[in-house]
Amino acid sequence: MRRRPADVPLAKDVSDRFLPWLVAFMVYFVALAVISATTMHKLVERWDKGLSGQLTVEVPPPGPGVSETERRGRIDRVVQILNRTIGVEEVALYGAEEIAELLEPWLGAGLAEQDLPLPEMIAVTIDTEAPPDLAVLAEQLDEAVPGTLLNDHKRWLGKFLDLARTIQIFAGAIVLLVGSIAVMAVVFVTRTGLSVHREVIEILHLIGAHDPYIARQFQRHALALGLRGGAIGSVFALATILAIGQVLGPVESALPPVLSLSAAEWGLLVLLPIVTAAVAMVTARLTVLGTLTRMP
Amino acid sequence: MVRFEDVATNYGTGPDILHAVSLHLSPGSFHFVSGPSGSGKSSLLRLMYLANRPSNGRMTLFGRDVEGLTRDERAMLRRRIGVVFQDFRLLKHLSVAENVALPLRIAGRREDKIREHVTELLAWVGLADHFDDLPATLSGGQQQRVAIARAVIGQPSLLLADEPTGNVDDRIAVRLLYLFEELNKLGTTVVIATHNQALVSRFSHAVLALGEGTVRVEPPPDSKARDAAEGSMA
Repeated sequence: MRRRPADVPLAKDVSDRFLPWLVAFMVYFVALAVISATTMHKLVERWDKGLSGQLTVEVPPPGPGVSETERRGRIDRVVQILNRTIGVEEVALYGAEEIAELLEPWLGAGLAEQDLPLPEMIAVTIDTEAPPDLAVLAEQLDEAVPGTLLNDHKRWLGKFLDLARTIQIFAGAIVLLVGSIAVMAVVFVTRTGLSVHREVIEILHLIGAHDPYIARQFQRHALALGLRGGAIGSVFALATILAIGQVLGPVESALPPVLSLSAAEWGLLVLLPIVTAAVAMVTARLTVLGTLTRMP
Repeated sequence: MVRFEDVATNYGTGPDILHAVSLHLSPGSFHFVSGPSGSGKSSLLRLMYLANRPSNGRMTLFGRDVEGLTRDERAMLRRRIGVVFQDFRLLKHLSVAENVALPLRIAGRREDKIREHVTELLAWVGLADHFDDLPATLSGGQQQRVAIARAVIGQPSLLLADEPTGNVDDRIAVRLLYLFEELNKLGTTVVIATHNQALVSRFSHAVLALGEGTVRVEPPPDSKARDAAEGSMA
């Protein structure tokens, strides 16, 4: 006896040609959306971790005609307040060259030699376990030298957190939307299959097949198509991520975790086709059982 | 085995094809169903193999009222019925052996047992050389034998055959009837719908005569008629 074909000849249906590509397309987008969201999350988390415990104090440049002694006195007052504040671990004054280096991308090279009124910058490390009251500290600094700003990076980071959350919500919406479309496509294909093979199904019923036997024919087919399509989608998603990695390689140091897939993300690329195929299989089974129950 | 009490049947909202049909087929019996074309022979068999439901009356099969059966119970009862359809209804994409194996496969039998039974049965109906052939490559008579093999492979308690001799010559028709009689001797209840009166007369079995939408049960023809029928078919 040659290799046994399925009792319901679904392999010759049109769906056999288009459904794997539809699934591949969906898996591709879901994989990219989820990896984008997790990458953004990792990025923000890394920045948050790197910046927690770090403050920057910005002392405005003194007005014209202020002596060097007076300028140093302003800085000393600020440094003294910082040093005596409980919870402050380290205070480091940026030199003029360091400030010029920081501003170079915006204002060009050679700032240190120019006579531009630049603010003084002080890097402050605080005890994250017992941090000082930043509102009180900011008030004290402003009193000592009016216009002094205490920057804890929360505002800046907050915007990135908002962006990361938006991307995650967007990715979640894509997963839901694509998942719903996939389920609807499988339902449509299964119902079409039931209609096309109505006569075969009737014969199987008359021979004694019960509904789960018929459903098994469809669910196996859906599982195979889902696995095939899912694998194609995952491979394309991986290729896309690697291609982006090549393109963004030079700036990777600025965006450290973007292109290094974690074990969980590798797992996602492997699991996504399996989960998709399982969803297709269960959908096909439920569709067949639901439809057959309504048949005489 | 099969009991009808004032059973009627129709298709959709159409008029009754059969009405007020009352009959009882005891286990191990052999019946012909005869009547002119359109008299409802196939409809009567469709009721028996649970393809249609009575629109009226009460029908019991293997002691079970068919009205209250769940889908699973109907499937289980159908496994006890072998059907030879008038148009064979073989699955075109499956080979001869796979078609014959279907009832056993559906019943969840072991693959080695299935192969053994299929091989044996195909040899019995003279199709051992057509094991892997597709139905479309066979003649009408050969397809009919495949259909018969599929109907009997599960050793059904009730065998229903709708015009099983319609595509074969008289010689093969008689052979097929002997085959059905052999099964009947093994305990299978056999019901054969045919319009071939000569064949009905030749074999000494009761007849369910259909006419005007109802059934009249006729006792087996006497031996004189049987002898005459044999003479006319020889």
